[in-house]
Amino acid sequence: MPRREAGEKSSERAFEFTTVSGYPIRGLYSSADLTGWDPDRDLGSPGAPPYTRGIHPAMYRSRLWTMRQFAGFGSAQDTNKRFRYLLSQGQAGLSAAFDLPTLMGYDSDHSLAEGEVGKCGVAISSLADMEALFDQIPLGNVSTSMTINSPAAILWAMYLAVAEKQGVDWKYLAGTLQNDILKEYIAQKEYIYPPKPSMRLVIDTIEFGARHTPKFNPISISGYHIREAGSTAIQELAFTLRDGIEYVEWGIRRGLAVDDFAPALSFFFNAHNDFFEEITKYRAARRIWYKTMTERFGSKLARSSALRFHAQTAGCSLTAQQPYNNVVRTALQALAAVMGGAQSLHTNSLDEAWALPTEFAATLALRTQQILAHETGVANTVDPLGGSYFVETLTNEMEEAAWKYIRKIDEMGGMIPAIEQGYPQREIADASYRYQVSVDRKEKIIVGVNKFTGEESPIEILRIDESVRAQQSMHLKKLRSERSNDEVARQLTSLRKAAQGTENLMPHIYAAVKAYATLGEICDSLREVFGTHEEVSVT
Amino acid sequence: MPEKRIRVLIAKPGLDGHDRGAKIIARALRDAGMEVIYTGLRQTPEMIASAAVQEDVDVIGLSILSGAHNTLVPQLLDLLKQKGMSDVTVLLGGTIPEADIAGLKKAGVAEIFLPGTSTQDIVDFVRGRK
Repeated sequence: MPRREAGEKSSERAFEFTTVSGYPIRGLYSSADLTGWDPDRDLGSPGAPPYTRGIHPAMYRSRLWTMRQFAGFGSAQDTNKRFRYLLSQGQAGLSAAFDLPTLMGYDSDHSLAEGEVGKCGVAISSLADMEALFDQIPLGNVSTSMTINSPAAILWAMYLAVAEKQGVDWKYLAGTLQNDILKEYIAQKEYIYPPKPSMRLVIDTIEFGARHTPKFNPISISGYHIREAGSTAIQELAFTLRDGIEYVEWGIRRGLAVDDFAPALSFFFNAHNDFFEEITKYRAARRIWYKTMTERFGSKLARSSALRFHAQTAGCSLTAQQPYNNVVRTALQALAAVMGGAQSLHTNSLDEAWALPTEFAATLALRTQQILAHETGVANTVDPLGGSYFVETLTNEMEEAAWKYIRKIDEMGGMIPAIEQGYPQREIADASYRYQVSVDRKEKIIVGVNKFTGEESPIEILRIDESVRAQQSMHLKKLRSERSNDEVARQLTSLRKAAQGTENLMPHIYAAVKAYATLGEICDSLREVFGTHEEVSVT
Repeated sequence: MPEKRIRVLIAKPGLDGHDRGAKIIARALRDAGMEVIYTGLRQTPEMIASAAVQEDVDVIGLSILSGAHNTLVPQLLDLLKQKGMSDVTVLLGGTIPEADIAGLKKAGVAEIFLPGTSTQDIVDFVRGRK
């Protein structure tokens, strides 16, 4: 119920209007809110500093955002089929989801993989699986994003090996590795090793990419998961960009020139329900990153300070109840991402709260983007909301609030000390609890859940067969009997030795992968050297 | 005479790292006056059963969003039976298909809370059970 003082009259529906994150929104915005605002300095033109309006002069007029739907389940063969189906339906680029054992660096036949194989994504235990995953998919023509973090270097090495087998020069390989370990400690929790060796692995991939794969983004600095864990939009913005700052600092400390690696850094934001909060978040992100790269790091190349991002509509906003409502939510969230200038977009499926997407639900999600692109007219002009009193004021306010967090983390000594002190984790836990309380009190309405509820009828969902683990186990047995186990042992010994030193591990990982060492074997070798990480939970 | 506080173990079985819901429930139950122990991530059924015995809990709340529930939950229930903890109330939340609910309840899960459940409903259920 809206809070109101006894006897107080009000003509508004509520005492207070806030964004989904709890940020207060006034009834009207006008030029008075923009005193001191200088459009030349603060807005600029699209494709020019400070990039508030977008990073290209013509944006979607010259090229639509990449429709890149996240997919993966079961075996490599199962996912390969879904990949080829989505490409046939007009998807522009691939995005691979891996199962939990793969994400955590375990082979499908590991004891901890029981019940988990192929359930949250595709099971990849070796180069053989990666070859099957990209069967009939020309890596020279199709870009691939891989959502993998702790074992990112290894999965990337497998991808590079497949490209080599296909005869594709690495110079032409396009794609993205998520590979953002900082947000694992903060939110997604798929860490294996402690922070310092994990950062070493990330910088190894960035360094390797700068030299060998100029069109590949070795990292996707992510806020999506931070938001899914329950952060506010401002926290998502600030923690993501501060993570970016951390990676740039480590890259420079490695001895890389900022303009040699910064252009390949990419970002990944959530596209949540509050339309204007999201749009202004993206615009503020571009402006903050431009200022950071040029002022803090002295970058000279335009590409070093022009923030490129992928967006995904908010999984956490989708409901189990009345799942067809989710089609509407996703469409509106996608619209915000497009109005905010995303380079690439994934739209969630209606069955998000129940299971991985059925083919029907995945197709409808893709059609949502296609309708947006071809029927609504929003791609006809750049930054259509630019100049709006509300949008420009909120962009300024989002930026100002984010800087406060960034400065605070700077004062703590950087993102790693902040994580060790549990700071971002606690901010997120508090924000997520506050949100739940407001939903329980019906201060925030979720249609179909705490208001406008009705009779539920179950929908058809995707079921993953439990036999995937058994199949994978058989394949692994065969693999281990057919490869040269001596060569594998040699490569793993060499890798362990290199891991104890400071050389770039990518060439070693690549050699191990080509010898058909498994993901688990390589990760275990690194576990021996780096140790493993256990978090102190913040509830 | 003060009532003995209800003791609840909130656990994350398997590899699943999605802990938003588990942490919120832990806090809500704590705010409602219960003693709550949160196991943290990546607990095997053995680890959870041992913790339940060690902490002498009345209720175990499991959170699984990974699809591994049909493997991990029966394993845990079996271990609880072996350890003489069959009278502990076991609750489950997360990503649980409608079609799996009956089987899990038959195996011994007292109630399954789907996404969208209010924390008050969970507090009331736990209080009502004990």
